[in-house]
Amino acid sequence: MNFDDYRGVWVFLEEKDGGIAPVSLELLGAGRQLADKRKTLLSGVLIGEGITDLAETAFEYGADQVFVYDDPIYRHYRTEAFMRAMLACVEKHKPEILLYGATSTGKDLASAVATDLPTGLTADTTQLDVEQDTGLLLASRPAFGGNIMATILCKKYRPQMATVRPKVMKALPREPGRTGTIIAESIPLKETDVRTKVLEIVRATTRRVRIDEADIIVSGGKGLGSPQGFQLIHTLAETLGAAVGASRDVVEAGWIGHHHQVGQTGVTVTPKIYFAIGISGAIQHLVGMQNSGLIIAINKDPKAPIFQSCHYGIVGDAMEIVPMLIEGFQSALGRKEEVNAGKV
Amino acid sequence: MLHIVACIKQVPDTKIIKMNPKTNTMDRSSAPAILNPYDSHAVEEAVRLRARYGGVVSVLTMGPPPAVKAIKKCIEIGADDGYMITDRAFAGADTLATSYALTKAIEKIAAIRPIDLIICGKMTIDGDTGQVGPGIARRLDIPPLTSVKKVAEVNKEEGYVIVHRKLEDGYEVIRSTLPCLFSVEKEINEVPYSSMPNVLRAARYQPHIWSVNDLPDIDRTQLGLKGSPTIVSSVWAPAKPQGGTMLEGPPPQQVQQLLDVVLQRKELFESRGGAS
Ligand SMILES: Cc1cc2nc3c(=O)[nH]c(=O)nc-3n(C[C@H](O)[C@H](O)[C@H](O)COP(=O)(O)OP(=O)(O)OC[C@H]3O[C@@H](n4cnc5c(N)ncnc54)[C@H](O)[C@@H]3O)c2cc1C
Ligand SMILES: Nc1ncnc2c1ncn2[C@@H]1O[C@H](COP(=O)(O)O)[C@@H](O)[C@H]1O
Repeated sequence: MNFDDYRGVWVFLEEKDGGIAPVSLELLGAGRQLADKRKTLLSGVLIGEGITDLAETAFEYGADQVFVYDDPIYRHYRTEAFMRAMLACVEKHKPEILLYGATSTGKDLASAVATDLPTGLTADTTQLDVEQDTGLLLASRPAFGGNIMATILCKKYRPQMATVRPKVMKALPREPGRTGTIIAESIPLKETDVRTKVLEIVRATTRRVRIDEADIIVSGGKGLGSPQGFQLIHTLAETLGAAVGASRDVVEAGWIGHHHQVGQTGVTVTPKIYFAIGISGAIQHLVGMQNSGLIIAINKDPKAPIFQSCHYGIVGDAMEIVPMLIEGFQSALGRKEEVNAGKV
Repeated sequence: MLHIVACIKQVPDTKIIKMNPKTNTMDRSSAPAILNPYDSHAVEEAVRLRARYGGVVSVLTMGPPPAVKAIKKCIEIGADDGYMITDRAFAGADTLATSYALTKAIEKIAAIRPIDLIICGKMTIDGDTGQVGPGIARRLDIPPLTSVKKVAEVNKEEGYVIVHRKLEDGYEVIRSTLPCLFSVEKEINEVPYSSMPNVLRAARYQPHIWSVNDLPDIDRTQLGLKGSPTIVSSVWAPAKPQGGTMLEGPPPQQVQQLLDVVLQRKELFESRGGAS
């Protein structure tokens, strides 16, 4: 394997709701820095049906070129179909570094591609850097349940691949009008070559705010004591128009569903305001929320580790503090509504 | 009749593990070794499918000799048979080398009894990648189905399965050819307490144990540390956060201070209350 043949930083551009997934835009931001350091191009790989136009978005967020596989066979994500396209692209254009979002799709694709190439794959990376002269990717991630951070290298194989956690890297500000090169690609792939079929896609119907997109998250932990106690979290969240988060212990106790879990084995979130109420602040929880804009902790134990990771802390009983907060916000925000209503 | 193989791993309980702050290594003696929690759901799902369609459930692990205990745990859940591959040559394997070794073992099991379905956990709590399952599937050239949260149907006669795959915002219903491999989500089932007969059977049970030499046509350069493209170059303790402002005074006063801080962020509330 001649390493000099492998050049450029690539990002797998995941499609979501007719656009490019936020995590892919974040990776373009991170990838831009790596590419600049290596004085090389930043490319995206787009696979789907009728997705060529999305390349424009990728240019505006930092890509220099985008390889596009636009074909009805890629209408839904399917491991085998996407993997064939990605393998062909890698073999033809030989990137030095290839990044994927650590989403269910990104992880699925990356694992399959890594096995077939073969090459190394670092999972759930939270920090990325590259050695300027050698091009060695320094991919760092939490390990052993978040107890340590580890830097993983792939010295003997190219491309170097990593999946990267959503909401950890920063997308560049959008630069309208920035352009790049679209490179249309295709491979001879027939429907009969793909052994899976997507029969139906069922979107979650809840109209509630999703935690990975919310500006404000109110999260509750075991300290709420019971499912009844946890109702306070729902009420505060409703008052603020916020999403509800939870620690793993709460999810395991069955007080709330899995998709509310924040942390290493849950969702990584970066809301503008994060309330951690009755949450001790275990490292596995912290890695999922520590980049939030404003972190507010309420816990009755002054020594709870969460107080080391918050911007504002209140030592006190949630059963006493939260009802007061709800009332305070209700009257403050309620008043505002009246004022607005008066103006109309 | 289905032959289902569940891949399982013994892991240190990382929740209570102690780290050596000087070397940043795990103090393995501080943490009990447990069956990877996600893998218990893989075994349970295999057992449930056996109840639905009939067949045999085998479990497979790669690990050091004490991992026999994890196999016994799976027998308690209801597995019929356990296989373990253990050898110094496997040590230090990353996901690529792990999936290679497990695939070789699966090929040997399949020679004894053809396999219809392989089930893995979503991920391990020590390796924490979720990459081994799809890796095995690719090596066997069978479809990998990750994030499986429900198995709607397994039809061996017609050679297909229908499963629900969890997505970030819902799920998709997928049909795949059989044989294939699932990586299952925790929510796929609940693992009940083990029955007394299973517990008794587990206590006596001795798994099949193979070393490298028992696996035919194995390429030793693809095993263990040698066969692993990724290497851990350094480990360090996560940055210790600084801590913030602790609000003082009686509770109502603290709450008032907090309200002031939050309500300052007016922009967050602007879409509320008919700003249109
Ligand atoms: C591999 C692995 C992955 C994990 N992944 C995650 C993850 O993704 N997310 C996650 O959250 N955890 C995760 N965990 C679990 C994590 O280690 C902790 O066990 C968990 O976060 C603790 O939840 P908690 O803070 O709600 O409960 P506890 O640790 O029990 O804390 C409850 C807190 O509430 C306080 N309290 C009690 N009563 C009151 C009251 N009346 N008012 C105010 N405060 C009160 C207590 O002082 C205490 O600090 C993981 C663990 C492992 C091993
Ligand atoms: N050493 C091992 N022996 C058997 N199965 C394993 C082993 N390592 C991983 N697996 C399987 O692969 C899944 C994903 O593991 P990982 O990629 O390490 O997160 C686990 O849930 C197991 O089902």
